[in-house]
Amino acid sequence: MPQTRDAAALHQAHDVDYAVTAHKVSKNYGDVEALKDLSLEFPRGQLTTLLGPSGCGKTTLLKIIAGLLAPNSGEIQVDRKTVTGPGPDRAFVFQDFALLPWASVIRNVAFGLELRGVAKSEREGIAEKYIQDVGLGGFENSFPHELSGGMRQRVGLARALAVDARVLLMDEPFSAVDEQTRRKFQEDLLSLVQHENKTFIFVTHSIEEAVYVSDQIAILLPRPSRVSEIIRPSGFRNRGSENIRRDPEYLDIVDRIWSSLRSYVE
Amino acid sequence: MRGRSLYLKLLSAVIVFGAWETAGRIPVSYAFPTFFESMSALATLFLDGTIFTAYAETLKPLVVGVAISAVLGIGLGLWIGLSEKFDWLFSPIFVVMQSAPLAALIPLLVMAYGIGLTSKVFVVCIMAMPVIVLNTSGAVRNTPSVLKEMGRAFLGTDRDLILKIVIPAASPIIFAGLRLGISAGFIGAILAELKITPTGVGDIITYSRSIADYPRMYAAIFSIIVLAVLFLNLLEKVEQVLFKGNQRGYASD
Ligand SMILES: Nc1ncnc2c1ncn2[C@@H]1O[C@H](COP(=O)(O)OP(=O)(O)OP(=O)(O)O)[C@@H](O)[C@H]1O
Ligand SMILES: [Mg+2]
Repeated sequence: MPQTRDAAALHQAHDVDYAVTAHKVSKNYGDVEALKDLSLEFPRGQLTTLLGPSGCGKTTLLKIIAGLLAPNSGEIQVDRKTVTGPGPDRAFVFQDFALLPWASVIRNVAFGLELRGVAKSEREGIAEKYIQDVGLGGFENSFPHELSGGMRQRVGLARALAVDARVLLMDEPFSAVDEQTRRKFQEDLLSLVQHENKTFIFVTHSIEEAVYVSDQIAILLPRPSRVSEIIRPSGFRNRGSENIRRDPEYLDIVDRIWSSLRSYVE
Repeated sequence: MRGRSLYLKLLSAVIVFGAWETAGRIPVSYAFPTFFESMSALATLFLDGTIFTAYAETLKPLVVGVAISAVLGIGLGLWIGLSEKFDWLFSPIFVVMQSAPLAALIPLLVMAYGIGLTSKVFVVCIMAMPVIVLNTSGAVRNTPSVLKEMGRAFLGTDRDLILKIVIPAASPIIFAGLRLGISAGFIGAILAELKITPTGVGDIITYSRSIADYPRMYAAIFSIIVLAVLFLNLLEKVEQVLFKGNQRGYASD
């Protein structure tokens, strides 16, 4: 497998604890080879971003990890147990939100807890907290069709956070929020990664976003999809969120990723 | 918004009744009474109590037939929509039923079940059920797959998925099917009374025609239409209460 490792991947040598591992995963949709022999490890407590051109199989990989799709071959392990279906250890933020149009914001956010049989008052209390966290306070009783795209996306985010899973699978969770909110969410995400011992698997199209929030970036190339490169930005991680965007290493990595992806745009 | 739609409804009623009155006065046919003649005949029907005894008779097969069609129709529709095998087995039956010439089937029903309530209930069911079944199964099959996926990702059981995702998602189309089915059931109930044995409102219509009391005949027909409209409006209210926030802009009467 052609993988170049960043210099910062030194601690690869140590025994890193992986929350999720994908081993030689292949997935075909009829004749379309969406994933071919893809292997990738996701360190516990860290944020790994899947970055790559549209249609390269990011959503497919995420759904296989979630247990929503079965791979044609290969396997996924979460905490060293092979995934056979969805589980309480994983929560999913959907690219297209997947909100119940007939349910209010609070019921949507509490829906994961509702399906787990949590009592109504308890789950609404929990949902309320996450609604505040994503900045939707006051919209508890609105319906999805009354919200903007970005607000709907935040409902989906709150729903995934509310079930308190150890692995969060986020499929372009900030794609529909405005730039200001997006930056705030990126900062929130960084502090979430820092303070909670959760493993994040994050999909984005934005190179800057990937470099800003990730401990590890896996660059996927399409047809059939494989991991072409793994980058571990590390130098600027603890320099405070305000300074990251000015850090030379940050800018370097952004440039480097852009040059390896640009051929797929042209 | 609300006031405006009420205003438009009143306006359309005035136009329709005005046209009726004019057509009756020309007259387009000696058998076509004016609006006011018909209304006064209706008032008489109410005052002498005829209409109440008539509806007590007509509503029996209608209510029983519609209830059976709704319960069985939605149940079968859910089953057909959820299982491919069932779809193969049952969908064709309802497609045939929907397009069958009912008038030709009535003699067969009478032969099999006599001229009593059973036959009439059957007529109502044959009219009402197919559209309910086909709408329900179609809606169930078209549940957005992303919502079902979401339900599974958050650990919903099959039962959760059906009760909390599939049925609410399908409900606007199920209700649309119910509305169509109930309208068809009204037609079926009257048809049964005209073709099997004249009872209830069908009897008023048949008898009035035979003695050439056309205002009374049209009054009876008019009362059926009013009852159907009232009932469909009630159904819509029920739907709005049950599935708030599900109004995705389909026509409200
Ligand atoms: N249900 C499906 N049936 C058939 N082909 C599919 C299906 N889902 C995805 N594909 C194909 O698999 C490939 C990968 O799709 P996937 O949705 O995983 O891409 P992605 O990386 O998430 O893209 P994007 O960045 O645009 O969201 C695409 O070529 C797509 O056409
Ligand atoms: Mg995708």
